[in-house]
Formats: sequence, structure tokens, C-alpha cells
Amino acid sequence: MNRSLLWVIAGVLLVGMPFVYGAPYPMHIIITILIWSFAYTSWSMMGRVGLVSLGHGGFMGVGAYATALLWNNLGLSPWLGIPVGLVCAALLALVVAWPCFRFRITGHYFALVTLALSGIVLQVITATRDLTGGSLGYTPNRVPGGSSFWAFQFTEKHTWYMIALIVWAAGLAIWYAVERSMLRYALEAISEDEDAAAAAGVNVTLEKLKITVLSAMMTAMAGALYCQYQMFVSPDTVSGISVSLQMVFAVVVGGLYVALGPTVGAVITILLGEGLRIGFGTSAVGWDNLIYGLLLVVFIIFLPKGILGSIMGAFRRAPAKAAA
Amino acid sequence: MGFLDIFLVEALINGLLLGGVLALLALGLNLIFGVIDVAWICYAELVMFGMYAMYYFVSVFGIPLWFAVPATIIAIGVMGVLLHVLVIAPLLGAAPINQLLATGGVLFFLQSLATVVFGIDFRNLGIRLPTLEVAEVFISYARLLAFGAALSGMVALYLFLTRTYIGTAIRAISQARQIMALMGVDTRRIYIITSAVGGALAGLAACLLVLQYDVHPYVGLSFGPITFMICVMGGLGNMIGGFIAAFIFAEIISVGGLYLDLEWGYVFAFVFFIGMMFIRPQGLMARRS
Repeated sequence: MNRSLLWVIAGVLLVGMPFVYGAPYPMHIIITILIWSFAYTSWSMMGRVGLVSLGHGGFMGVGAYATALLWNNLGLSPWLGIPVGLVCAALLALVVAWPCFRFRITGHYFALVTLALSGIVLQVITATRDLTGGSLGYTPNRVPGGSSFWAFQFTEKHTWYMIALIVWAAGLAIWYAVERSMLRYALEAISEDEDAAAAAGVNVTLEKLKITVLSAMMTAMAGALYCQYQMFVSPDTVSGISVSLQMVFAVVVGGLYVALGPTVGAVITILLGEGLRIGFGTSAVGWDNLIYGLLLVVFIIFLPKGILGSIMGAFRRAPAKAAA
Repeated sequence: MGFLDIFLVEALINGLLLGGVLALLALGLNLIFGVIDVAWICYAELVMFGMYAMYYFVSVFGIPLWFAVPATIIAIGVMGVLLHVLVIAPLLGAAPINQLLATGGVLFFLQSLATVVFGIDFRNLGIRLPTLEVAEVFISYARLLAFGAALSGMVALYLFLTRTYIGTAIRAISQARQIMALMGVDTRRIYIITSAVGGALAGLAACLLVLQYDVHPYVGLSFGPITFMICVMGGLGNMIGGFIAAFIFAEIISVGGLYLDLEWGYVFAFVFFIGMMFIRPQGLMARRS
């Protein structure tokens, strides 16, 4: 009872926040944090059951570019373009993940295959430069006046805040839904021992595909949202290995096994990046990633449960399995 | 038609020569995977640092090549040891995926370190080796040299692994990790030596790549993914499989790049890779059990 009250209060505070304090710059930071939190949450749903994908940068790029390309070239509204982008990401996930799972490519192998995937999506975007603008980036055509519901373009930060908040909350809701589903038990069993899980009647390939496709579609959604918000995407910001690793980093730092871990990770990484940018200006180019990389290594060695995971663990003072 | 054929022949030969260097990289990665059971995601970034080392030794400090090459190889070998001691060794008992992610952090770190220290300019040695003309086909000496040196490096590694005591211990560990420790082999020492050899192979590859390509902080991304695909297709830890896969991939990239952009060559390689996973999921040389 206490807990649900807490959720209601948090929800009211989050929804009401922009009406009390809505300066553009902090709003921009918060919207960015919410969108990336959603992407990180979708990665963590796979990562927590031992499916370490480094291909999520690829899925994000597919979502972002598919939506923008359909809008610019065919005039297809993002309300339809985003679902198309999600389907494309799901298909890509199926094509890559199905042989992986079918032929028991796990662990290192899976990480390397998906790593290659995110590298290749980057190459494809760069190679089709006549269509996508290559490494120079791509801008969705603006509607006259700047805001349009049909074109999914809004100039008001408040509108974007609400959209990002809803999507982020939906991401958490999906996380909890998976947490309570049979899918999670199946996946945990698989991550412990595939043969034993299969012997117990778990359809290993199918269960893994479910979570992969779900995760890929959510990531593509984040990419499309990011593109519509920024009105600019470049291959380096939404695809490629560095984006994939950025997801890993944020989730590991925040906490892989708790629902709000990826959000905490997004807050830390984005504030760190912004802080360095404001504090040191252009001389800070590269320093943020330098610190991310270093922290990632330090966290994996000394605090593998992440910041939020460790704090919650300390509060519970119970064995790690008590939460389950 | 005959006109096209010459370009095709040239592309095939260039692919063969590129394959040598890729095979060298795959070999280093496979060696580390086979022995330590860790995939160094940041392997291509070690190569990038090697390329910078060569650039600074040769172009900035004016050190002659005969000294710069061994110095680079040793420097990257030392980097390999540092990577193992600082990052991998504390994580040897952790879940394997943590080691992989930690090397991902190192990838980030090295890339940004290069950006901060060296800047984002493209640099090259400024050495232009002549090209060899054989029956209207042009082959650059740089590539020939790279191919030759890569092959000699692999032969040297083969001799080291088969003819020396330490080499034998390394091969034994890759076959039975626990047993070797029981037999009184100091696994820690073997791991460090393996990391040094793996790093040295990256250093050698760097010396060869810097003759053909400009170096910049993100150069690792252009051949890192391809190296991983080669290793997975060859079967991680399987050196002969990796060797063959390297040449297949190099030919696909080279011939694909002839008809379309080079990026498309990479895309074809990936499509081929996915296709091959259906046919030989355990790697090229896997025995069917």
C-alpha cells in the first residue's frame, strides 16, 4: 500500500514538474535523459538474462533512419513511419538472432556477432549516402510553423517532456510486465543452463527470440523518438559500436538487475557529459568517453551490481535472491 | 571485358594480400581467446595505438624503420600485458561476459585517449612505396610487404607454439585449463606471456597497416568488426579456421569494393557471415559431432 502511494506521488511530481519549473535548458536535459533511459531499459531487459547484445546501436539507427526517410521521401507520417521502423528493427533482430539462437551461439560469440551487426548498420548508413546523407547526418523535413501533430514535430518542450515521460513510463511498465511473466522465469533458467532448461520443456530459441525482438523494437522506438526530438540524426549518434557500448556502460553503472537502474545510469552519464561540456567547453572533446570507459572498467571490477543495485542491496541486507 | 578482368584480378590479389594482415589479427585474437578464454573487444584499438606509435617514431622523431618496427611491437606487447594485469586478471573469476564488457570499456577509453592525446586529424607516415607491375596488374609493394610479414609472423608464432616449452604449455592450457594448473604450470605466467604475444601480433599488424592506411582515433572501427566476424566464423580459438576465414572475408571485401563502395564490401561480408552461420554454426573447421 505504502509502495503504490509512493508511485502515485512520484507520478504526480513528474507530470507536474514542467508547470512549476520549465526553463528550456533543464527541460532539454530531462527529455534527453528520459529518451535514453528508455533505450537503456530496453537493453537491460536482454542484458539481465545474460543475452549481452552489442548490436542495439544498430536497432536504434534502423528506427531513427526508417522513420525520417519515410517522412522525407514518401511523406509518410511518423505515426505510421515509427511502426514501420519498429517492424524493420524486429526483422533485423530476427535475421541475426534466429541463427544465433538456433545454433546455440551464446556468450562471447553472441556479443561478437551483434557487435559486427552494429558496425554493419553504421556502414550501410554511410554507404547509402545518396539517400541518408552518409556521415554528415540527416534531417527530417520541417513542417511550416514548426509544430504538427501529424508530422510528430513539436516546438514546445513541454509537449516533448510529456511524450518522453509517457514512453519512459511505458518502458518501465514493460520491464515489470516481463519481470512478472513466465518469459522471465524461462529466460533465467536458460541463462543458468540451456540444456537443463530445454530438458524442462522450455523452448529455448523461441523464448530468447521473444525478448530479443521486444528489446530491439523498444530500442528502435527510442531511436525514432530521438530523431524526431533532435530533428537531426547522424550515424555516429544513433548507430554503431560506440552507441551500443554507451548503453552497456549506462546500464552497468546504474544497475543491471533493478528496474530504475538504466534510468540512474542515464542520469549519471548525461549529467557527466553535460557537466564536462559546460565546464571545459570544446577542450573536453573526448574526455567524457575517456571517463565513461574508465568508469565502466572500474564498475565491472568493483561494483558489478551498479550504483542503484548496490544501494538497494545494502538497504535490503538480504541475500541477492530475496528480491525474486 | 578483358579490361574488367584485369581489375578483377587486381582486386583478387589485393584481397589475398589484405587477407594476410586480417589473418594475423584474427590469429592474435584467437590465441588470447583460446588460452585465456577472453575476447578482447578492444583488440583493434591496440592496433590503432600501434599505428600511432609507428607514426610518432618514424614521422615525428625520425627513428629509422628497423628500430621503429620492433619498438612498436614491444610497446603494444607491453600494452597487452597491462590490459591483462589491470583489467582481465581481476575479473578472471567473474562471469565471462563481464570480462568482455570490461574490454569494451577499454575500447571506449583507448579511443577517447587517442582523441585527447593525438587529436582527430588523419595522419600517415608519408612513405610511398612503389608499385609492382606484372602483366598490367598493379600491386603495391606496401601490400606485398604486409602480406609477407604477416605470413612470417604467423610462421614464427607457429614455431613458438610448437617448438618451445612455453609454447607447448600455452597449447596445453587452451586444451585443459584446470588440469594444467594441477600439473604445476603457473597459469598466471602463461596468461601474461600469451597477452604479450597477442599484443605483439597487434603491434606487428599495426606496423603493416600503417604503410597502407591513415591513422586516426576511430580507425579501429573499420577493421575491428571484420576481425570479430572472422574469428567467429573460423570458430573462436580455432587458428586454422580463422586463417581461412580471413582470406574469404578479405576477398569478399576487396571484390565487393571493386564493384561498389568499400562499405558495401563490408555489408556483403556480413551477409555472407550470417549465411554461413546457418551452414556451419560452430565455425568453418568444426568437426560435426
